[in-house]
Amino acid sequence: MLLVVEQVLNGLQFGLLLFLLAAGLTLVFGIMDLVNLAHGSLYMMGAYFAATFVAWTGNFVLGAILALGATLVLGIVLEVVALRHLYGRDHLDHVLATFGLILFFNEAVRLIWGPAGLALQLPDWLTVPVPILPGIHYPAYRLAIIVVALLVALLLYLGVMRTRIGMLIRAGASNREMIGPLGINIKLLYTLVFGLGAALAGLAGLMQAPILTVQIGMGENILILAFVVIVIGGIGSIRGAFLAAILVGLIDTLGRAFLPNLLRQILSSAAASTAAPALSSMLIYLLMAIVLVVRPEGLFPAARR
Amino acid sequence: MMKTRLNAGHLVAVLAVAGLLVLPLYSALSGNIFVLTLFTRIVIMALAAASLNLIMGYGGMMSFGHAAYLGIGGYAVGILAQEGIGSGFIQFPMALLASALFALVIGALSLRTRGVYFIMITLAFAQMAYYVASGLARYGGDDGLTIYKRSDFSGLVNLSNRVQFYYLCLACLLLTVFLIWRIVNSRFGMVVRGLRSNEQRMQAIGFPAKRYQLVCFIIAGTLCGLAGALLANNTDFVSPAVMYWTRSGDLMVMVILGGMGTLFGPLVGAIVYLLLEELLSQITEYWALIMGPLLLLIVLFGRGGIMGVLGRLSRG
Repeated sequence: MLLVVEQVLNGLQFGLLLFLLAAGLTLVFGIMDLVNLAHGSLYMMGAYFAATFVAWTGNFVLGAILALGATLVLGIVLEVVALRHLYGRDHLDHVLATFGLILFFNEAVRLIWGPAGLALQLPDWLTVPVPILPGIHYPAYRLAIIVVALLVALLLYLGVMRTRIGMLIRAGASNREMIGPLGINIKLLYTLVFGLGAALAGLAGLMQAPILTVQIGMGENILILAFVVIVIGGIGSIRGAFLAAILVGLIDTLGRAFLPNLLRQILSSAAASTAAPALSSMLIYLLMAIVLVVRPEGLFPAARR
Repeated sequence: MMKTRLNAGHLVAVLAVAGLLVLPLYSALSGNIFVLTLFTRIVIMALAAASLNLIMGYGGMMSFGHAAYLGIGGYAVGILAQEGIGSGFIQFPMALLASALFALVIGALSLRTRGVYFIMITLAFAQMAYYVASGLARYGGDDGLTIYKRSDFSGLVNLSNRVQFYYLCLACLLLTVFLIWRIVNSRFGMVVRGLRSNEQRMQAIGFPAKRYQLVCFIIAGTLCGLAGALLANNTDFVSPAVMYWTRSGDLMVMVILGGMGTLFGPLVGAIVYLLLEELLSQITEYWALIMGPLLLLIVLFGRGGIMGVLGRLSRG
């Protein structure tokens, strides 16, 4: 019971992190029609910035805020310098160009921070276990991630659905050609959306940093997961991304935690210990394949208006 | 038949093939063995890229999981070798068969989707293959599988002989390019290319779109499986890493760099990409710092890849 609650919370936390990453990805895809493989690099940069700034300032929260700002600026610069010129091009061009950006970022990180990973130390007040149910404790930091991510998701929802900028974003997503002639500065809007996406990716990276090692290539594995999320959820749909992210987070975490024991009851223990790791890594890809076969547009396709 | 005027692109293709043919001679005369090893790898990757070009360039199917076949072909050779079956006459057909079967299954499922969804679902299937290979504890798991003895073709060709192996790879590549040329100019190829241009119209004329695309997808996968079997022999080693998604990305880059939908584009792309990687990594440890932005520039300014640029240049 204890384990189940803990693993469900872990899955939720992972899913919410995936959502932060997937939200930016799906916004950029839905509005600018840009496939951005380098989104994972922004996640990585967020983590590296956080590790650096926290070490500089000696304050976790201050460092995190600085890192968030740095990722935002980086995203905007990236959009203005490079990605802006890719709008309207073939998806394949996007894949190639942003693949090049991944190479660049990984190498730049290796040059600046060195090939070894960094560790990000948590302040003491975030390491204590918090009682959540009678007899069940959960690490404060993971709880904090869940709270922050849920808050950001809520803000994002309100921002997109209730503000003027959000209205413009939705308008851009539903008809790219129309909003320019209506007098909207579309260039600025695109830069803004990309910056927002970058900041969300950076936030995911910096929050994940204390749990995992900050290392080169950390963005790539999670990027694929984020793509799986937006494909399952339906590309361009934030609501879909949210639900799919939680689903993927839970399935991945619970699969890794409980599948080995489950298999051991069916198969011999040797066969189970061989099959379990591969099978649990495959689970979400399997889910995605099934979803795409049954509903090729994803579970919650963005409404065609 | 395609009637195209001769241009600088064709000249480059002829020069590339001629260069590849006499390369062992240069290697023997100069005593530079490294260049032969390097080009064996290049030729094998060119074969893989050519197979990807068949579906991506001619068929319009943007597969982002093509490296999976490199692994499947490689593992077929590696696993059979491990189990004591060293004959290439068994290993290679099995490699092709396994790749074809994989292509059949994932093609049948993936072709239900299109556009970005197709890119992503092929990626997902390749990642699944990657994780399956990582889970093969008996065959090395994550660490990969060392192949102690190269495929044995009972005296026909000796794969342990560098020059013979190089020419075997080159022959496979040239035959593949020839085969692709025949395919894309056949009735079948015309249908597949028609489907790339306008699937609805082709269907309205009465062609079963998915069936044509699936067959094309399987042919490409099988050819890439051949590259995988050769690659495993070349490195005497196969590991899940050859199937990782960045490897699929590399293959895509080669095709696009050389020129999608051109016969010799993938060959030129593979040569340029891998040579560039080699040269840059000799200049600086941080070669990707240059390679990355270079790719971006190629996309921004070099439409149609090298072959496309050459074609435009000679047309003036």
